[in-house]
Amino acid sequence: MAAYDGLFNSLGLREWCDQGIAAGGDKPMSMAELMARANAQQVDAPWWDVPFPSLDNLNKACDAFPRTRDMTSGVEQIFLDVKDGLKLVLDPLTQPLSWMLDYGLWFFTSMPWWVLIPLLLVGTWFAARSLAVTAFVAVTFLFFAFIDHYDYAIQTLTIIFICTALSVMLGVPIGIAMSKNDTFQRSMIPVLDMLQTLPSFVYLIPLIFLFSVTEPKLYGIAIILYAIVPVIRLTDLGIRLVDKDVIEAADAFGMTSRQKLFGVEIPLALPNIMAGVNQTIMMALAMVVIASLVSAPGLGTLVLRGIRNLELGVGLVSGFGIVLLAVILDRVSKASLRRINVAQQQ
Amino acid sequence: MERKKKVELRDLYKIFGPNPASVLDQVRAGADKATLLEETGHVIGLRDINVDMMDGEITVIMGLSGSGKSTLIRHLNRLIDPTAGEILVDGNDVMKYTPEELRHLRQTQMSMVFQKFALLPHRTVLANAGTALRVRGEDEATADAEGQKWLERVGLGGFENHYPHQLSGGMQQRVGIARALTSNSPIMLMDEAFSALDPLIRTDMQDLLLELQQDLHKTIVFITHDLDEALKLADHLVILKDGYIVQQGEPQNILLHPNDPYIEDFVSDINRARVLRVRSVMTPVNGGEAPPTDDEVDVNDTLEHVIALSGGDTNRSCSVMKDGEIVGVLDMKDLVRALVPRAASEAGVRGKVTA
Repeated sequence: MAAYDGLFNSLGLREWCDQGIAAGGDKPMSMAELMARANAQQVDAPWWDVPFPSLDNLNKACDAFPRTRDMTSGVEQIFLDVKDGLKLVLDPLTQPLSWMLDYGLWFFTSMPWWVLIPLLLVGTWFAARSLAVTAFVAVTFLFFAFIDHYDYAIQTLTIIFICTALSVMLGVPIGIAMSKNDTFQRSMIPVLDMLQTLPSFVYLIPLIFLFSVTEPKLYGIAIILYAIVPVIRLTDLGIRLVDKDVIEAADAFGMTSRQKLFGVEIPLALPNIMAGVNQTIMMALAMVVIASLVSAPGLGTLVLRGIRNLELGVGLVSGFGIVLLAVILDRVSKASLRRINVAQQQ
Repeated sequence: MERKKKVELRDLYKIFGPNPASVLDQVRAGADKATLLEETGHVIGLRDINVDMMDGEITVIMGLSGSGKSTLIRHLNRLIDPTAGEILVDGNDVMKYTPEELRHLRQTQMSMVFQKFALLPHRTVLANAGTALRVRGEDEATADAEGQKWLERVGLGGFENHYPHQLSGGMQQRVGIARALTSNSPIMLMDEAFSALDPLIRTDMQDLLLELQQDLHKTIVFITHDLDEALKLADHLVILKDGYIVQQGEPQNILLHPNDPYIEDFVSDINRARVLRVRSVMTPVNGGEAPPTDDEVDVNDTLEHVIALSGGDTNRSCSVMKDGEIVGVLDMKDLVRALVPRAASEAGVRGKVTA
């Protein structure tokens, strides 16, 4: 005797409820129900024990009601139904990402260390123009090489580099479009909010359905979706914050909207855009560790190994390595941001 | 020199609000600003503006904040579009221009100087000065050469490679003026260009502008809230209040014959001796015999100059000379009388006007 029997009886729905039993026979039973039936003691629950009318509880009284697991499998079914169509469109579209990640990883890991480390230092110098930051990067990479984590660190760095570059290439135009069009901005903000709040593991679920776990684009897409948000938001904000007087002057001198965008708006929004890029890099780093669950190579795989095999040392050392990477990425991008700020402080 | 109308504003109305066209008739019929706002939520920006701006003259539009003067100047290059009315530049209605033509007008016919300078902070002073030419698509070398020329003309030679934030306000505005001059456009719009500067620098800049104007003869539209500045610069003075024109004309004339208590109140505060010129208070001789006098003064001398010349003696009189000929006689007693504003002795004029 379930709690809501009376409800369906009084509504005259008993017949509708029992259709399922007549057609399909016995319904599956939980262990607790089985025990209760075995004991054959029908104890009426006191009235204050009435359960919440959830799908499962209603189902006990009326078989025509779906259970919660019917609902979740329904969602799964919907997803499976659209999967093929979606895959047909997304697969070729995202294939270049797989190639980029594959070739990028191959290129940077096969480059000898005595070429790549100096190259990284030269890059750091040109981005940051700071001796201290460059020296710090040098020490970090020599340390990675010394403890044999160099290859992992380079893999992680390559993935971050490619994904950040793509995030900027996609995010800046989206941000500009948002700043120009209020309707577009209003429709994008909930999407960005969702991307930012969705737990990072949840990203992986639909992607695992769509793509094979061995494909690099699986983690590439996850990282880009997660990391693209700040660069979009701050590009939009930066362009909206450009001094209205300067925009008016640009109009008064008859600039075309193109001249205004490239000659005034983007340069003046650059400090904000660069702050967004800095955030994007940090979020890409956070995601690349989680993406090791879906075969992203790099330091994350070592962390995962540490957890899975309880190899405490491996996990801790690689975790520390990730922190080091985060620090150098942050310092280098912040130093270049500072350089831009100095060049155009008002 | 034939006086030619360069810019004409005809029956210009500007109403701000959700549906300006719907209340236009009410405004034309003379609806009151406060009641219109209360009943329909619309704000009158400009009402029935008719101004002719002559080629080669400085037209000063003066008014207090909220009088619509900045709105008015932005109509000339259509940074703001009017609700009704015509804007004619060289006889062509700007309102009928396509976006392309409008851009061409802004690039070649009108340049603008801003109160807050509005320089591009990420470009050097030289690059800022050449903005107009770069926008037009001329090559870097031409733009830099022209920019350099005008920077030197406004006294900023040697600062080409500085960035705007490294310069003081006065110097930044010199860059603003150089930028406007580099475009080589016949019309220059100056929106409270000197209001953000301190008084001494402001006087310097006014002198610079007058000196430039002697060589260049541009059509300048100058916005200000400062009557002294307006009187110093204006060939034609337009006084704006609550979006309509209270009085316009030759500044000396407005000073001596204010037609509205509002203007009377305004002009009662200024140093008339410094602003009024001999030509406005002299008695013309009209080719007749000139009586013998003690001194000779020029028609364009200020009364202050004449007082200094006479040492304050009111029994003297001066011959007024123009191009070496006597055109009038100035009695010191007339001079002193002109120094007293018509309404200054009436106590409480200000109270009556503002009440």
